[in-house]
Amino acid sequence: MTESSGWFAPLAADSDADDDVLVAAIRDGSADEPDSWPDRAVGEGAVEDEDAYYDRLHRATMAATRAAVTERERADDSQLIHAIRAMDDCQRTANELAERVAEWAGTLDPEAGSGIEYARDLAATEPEPGETAVVSLAEQVVDLEAEADGLRAYVEQTMPTVAPNLAALAGPVLGARLISLAGGLESLAKKPSGTVQVLGAEDALFAHLRGHAPSPKHGIIYMHDGVRGTPPENRGSAARAWRGSSPSPRASITTPASTDPTSRPN
Amino acid sequence: MSKLPDGIQRRQIDGQQRLATRGESVYGEPTDGEWRAWDPHRSKLGAMIELGMDHGLEGGETVLYLGAASGTTVSHVADVAGPTYAVEFAPRPARELLSAAESRPNLFPLLKDARKPNTYAHVVESGVDAIVQDVATRGQARVALENRRFLADDGRLLLAIKARSEDVTRDPAAVFADARDELTEDEMGYELVESQRLDDYHTDHLAVVARPK
Ligand SMILES: C[S@@+](CC[C@H](N)C(=O)[O-])C[C@H]1O[C@@H](n2cnc3c(N)ncnc32)[C@H](O)[C@@H]1O
Repeated sequence: MTESSGWFAPLAADSDADDDVLVAAIRDGSADEPDSWPDRAVGEGAVEDEDAYYDRLHRATMAATRAAVTERERADDSQLIHAIRAMDDCQRTANELAERVAEWAGTLDPEAGSGIEYARDLAATEPEPGETAVVSLAEQVVDLEAEADGLRAYVEQTMPTVAPNLAALAGPVLGARLISLAGGLESLAKKPSGTVQVLGAEDALFAHLRGHAPSPKHGIIYMHDGVRGTPPENRGSAARAWRGSSPSPRASITTPASTDPTSRPN
Repeated sequence: MSKLPDGIQRRQIDGQQRLATRGESVYGEPTDGEWRAWDPHRSKLGAMIELGMDHGLEGGETVLYLGAASGTTVSHVADVAGPTYAVEFAPRPARELLSAAESRPNLFPLLKDARKPNTYAHVVESGVDAIVQDVATRGQARVALENRRFLADDGRLLLAIKARSEDVTRDPAAVFADARDELTEDEMGYELVESQRLDDYHTDHLAVVARPK
């Protein structure tokens, strides 16, 4: 086709064309130059008249923009999921390597300490002959720690735009963990709140299924300050209170601030 | 002083004389019946109108709005204009733009990049009466030139340029001079009608009214 065509081309071909097809045309179409599209749409029989053209255009641009916005926001939550998982990986690996460093250093120096703190001290020292390898490993621990910190900063910065209410309620890092465990913001929104409460309690759940433990009452929400500060015997009810702490817990957890009617001063 | 377009009035709202348009409230702005105050401190176009710049708007125009954000200004534009195309490339403000467009059948939101007009030239019609641009991003003059193809021969560009978006370290006056040169030097560029700093309302912003050469 040499003549460029407008977004309404599918309607010109079939006046019963689906909204989906028009949405795709708006999102994926292109043209080098604009044209008097309203006139052309009427001329090509896509619509009755100009009023009908603008009605249809409004419907199609609203639907196309809504779909594009949702898709882009979803892309944001998958970035967040990778970041929080990578942060946990870095942290866990740093801890494992720190143990290895402590064990190794203990064979060279009976006074050697343990943990990340010790690895950090060791990394800062000038290695004696024969210590180069273990000091270098300690440096890796420090770098992994720094990487984890950088990822945490990214999560803290991104979370409030991806899920502002959840970020405010649970804190950005715990909120991101919930999204990650649920496999995305959408699936988190669809989970019954009882499930939200036990997310991350897989170990306890498997133990329960195998028949030698009570059913899990709380998962990672346990790590929330509001729950952690509670005496152990009351944590289950604190976790329940937490996930029920807003008028509509699941809706508010995952509603972007911009579409939350309570956040608009109308 | 330029005449107010049809559909914009100065009205007493909240004990103050304010610009106002008629439409559904969008951002918690003060209202008086169906009239909603248009705050020039929150809107560069509002400031241009408040300052009596030669915007050339009469009401009922076809408008292409670049950098619509959450719809603060473009909702007022749609209250008085005809078909109004609103381009914004960030998804978060675009969500709010959708709510503003819900009650405005003449407002068409588009999640597109204003630097790539070919991605929306199959939707936005040719010969629009006005392009309003407030993108606050590097290359603001370039964006205006790229979008000139949509403008009618007797149409107007109403452009806000934010100095710091071009270069935080340079003197705003120098940034503005460069932008004016860039807008006017090309054959297919613009001819300046008027330009004025908006400092009373928006620090380090220049407002430009221009028409296509
Ligand atoms: C200063 S704000 C606009 C405020 C708005 N005009 C109002 O008064 O209500 C600038 C907007 O331009 C958008 N923007 C920046 N570069 C853009 C581009 N290349 N294409 C489309 N929008 C862009 C930004 O995302 C931001 O929302």
